[in-house]
Amino acid sequence: MATADPLLRVDNLEVNFGAVRALKGVSLDVYEGEVIALVGANGAGKSTTLRSISGLARAKSGTVTFAGTVINKRTAPQIVRLGIAHSPEGRRLFGGLSVAENLRLGACTRSDPEGVARDTEKMFVLFPILRERWRQLAGTLSGGEQQQLALARALMAAPRLLLLDEPSLGVAPLLVRHIFDALAELKRQGMTMLLVEQNIALALELADRAYVLRTGKVALSGIASELRVDDRVAQAYLGAAE
Amino acid sequence: MSQLEYILQQVINAVSLGSLYALVAVGLSIVFGVLKLTNFAHGDVMMVGAFTTVLLIGLGMPFVPAMICGIAASAIAGFLIERIAYRPIRNAPDVTRLLTSLAVTYILENLGILLFTSSPRNFPLPDILNSSWQLSGGAITFTNINVLTVLLTFVSLIGLGWFITRTTIGLGMRAAAEDMQAAQLVGLNVNKVIVVAFIVASAYAGLAGVLWAAQAGVVQPQMGFTPLLKAFVAAIIGGFGSISGALLGGYMLGALEIFIIAFLPDTVVPYRDAIVFALLIAFLLFRPGGLLQPNREIKL
Repeated sequence: MATADPLLRVDNLEVNFGAVRALKGVSLDVYEGEVIALVGANGAGKSTTLRSISGLARAKSGTVTFAGTVINKRTAPQIVRLGIAHSPEGRRLFGGLSVAENLRLGACTRSDPEGVARDTEKMFVLFPILRERWRQLAGTLSGGEQQQLALARALMAAPRLLLLDEPSLGVAPLLVRHIFDALAELKRQGMTMLLVEQNIALALELADRAYVLRTGKVALSGIASELRVDDRVAQAYLGAAE
Repeated sequence: MSQLEYILQQVINAVSLGSLYALVAVGLSIVFGVLKLTNFAHGDVMMVGAFTTVLLIGLGMPFVPAMICGIAASAIAGFLIERIAYRPIRNAPDVTRLLTSLAVTYILENLGILLFTSSPRNFPLPDILNSSWQLSGGAITFTNINVLTVLLTFVSLIGLGWFITRTTIGLGMRAAAEDMQAAQLVGLNVNKVIVVAFIVASAYAGLAGVLWAAQAGVVQPQMGFTPLLKAFVAAIIGGFGSISGALLGGYMLGALEIFIIAFLPDTVVPYRDAIVFALLIAFLLFRPGGLLQPNREIKL
């Protein structure tokens, strides 16, 4: 796999928020079929990295290349059409729209009704609760149900790469397990994912490789199973030992 | 005249007036939803539709096709306003956007005065629409234009309901009204959603303008001002930016005004508008999200 070009290559990305440098040259690769975890303390730049990939944040310098195309000058809707779906932090569902309507908008870039219908059925298998809640407004669902809907909405775009921002945030512990089981199932089916997650144990359990961000830079990267037993990960979190 | 007949007559009046308010308020709310902009020019888009209709009837066109052309003229006006005036300042500060909206209002009104002078013109309503129905020996009266207003409001609102729940672009309008960035993240073409929202809202303004002028019997360049203010109150009562809220607010305001006129002592009646605007202030102070969205904050 390492010999082929990566599906996503982020190269020396710098992003500013006003006077604050949120990313100071982040580089990472995601290969087809891989699950990559992006971990690090609050404010390390994990969400900003995802937002610059999906077109919500503009890079000052550096490039994002997806399937051979430089995408960091494209708009968010164009990037969805190229095959990147982003399940954002805080879920960002359309609360006044039903579950069905949210999923339909997730597929709004597609023009294959049969494929959309097939994928909707797949979502019911992955997240059975969505079938029960089909006509209910998204805003009335529990945190865990909303997170499942957010994942399903992103998947309805039939992406080649799925960006996940904190899928366990605001979700009851029992449901976190359920959501990560679904992500493991997606991985088994070959979905490429870039996962930002505060629960580092869960993230490293699911991922093949991981990058540890610290104050806008990659502090550490490697095989997930090795990082699980690496003391330097905890140090990067705590901000100790330069 | 019995008590019941009197009440029935007032219900008819309230539904007729409420329909007009609802039509205007719905358009105002659609635009506010997607742009978070109070489109003061909405009333002038009504005027465009009404004047187009009157001119075409004057040229010998029958009422119905003239009205359809008037609605189309309003839709085109809305499309142009968005493209020329609002799109360049879409990300500007709120004050800039508000002032631009006021500027568009003055430009359109003065254009109207330039072209048609500020004196009112007669609205040439066909006789069939002016003829009235008398029930219970004349105790309950209404004209065909009242009937037409209510019918067209219902039909067009059912159409709108279909549009915003069954079509992708309509769903996109509701989604963009809630969270513009999330709408972009699912891949919605936000420009297209905003353009369509303006066209739809302006077509509703056109319909409302024609019906308003037909009921009043006159058109004049400033005719959009009063309905705009009333629709604004209606939209706030229901919850600004919410389409169902605008409907609810429109009919409630219609009912309230008719109630004041019909059931309160004559000394109170001249204060009708004062009561309505006091209600507006009360809502903005105590329930800014309106009846349907009590917990929402709004920024005008």
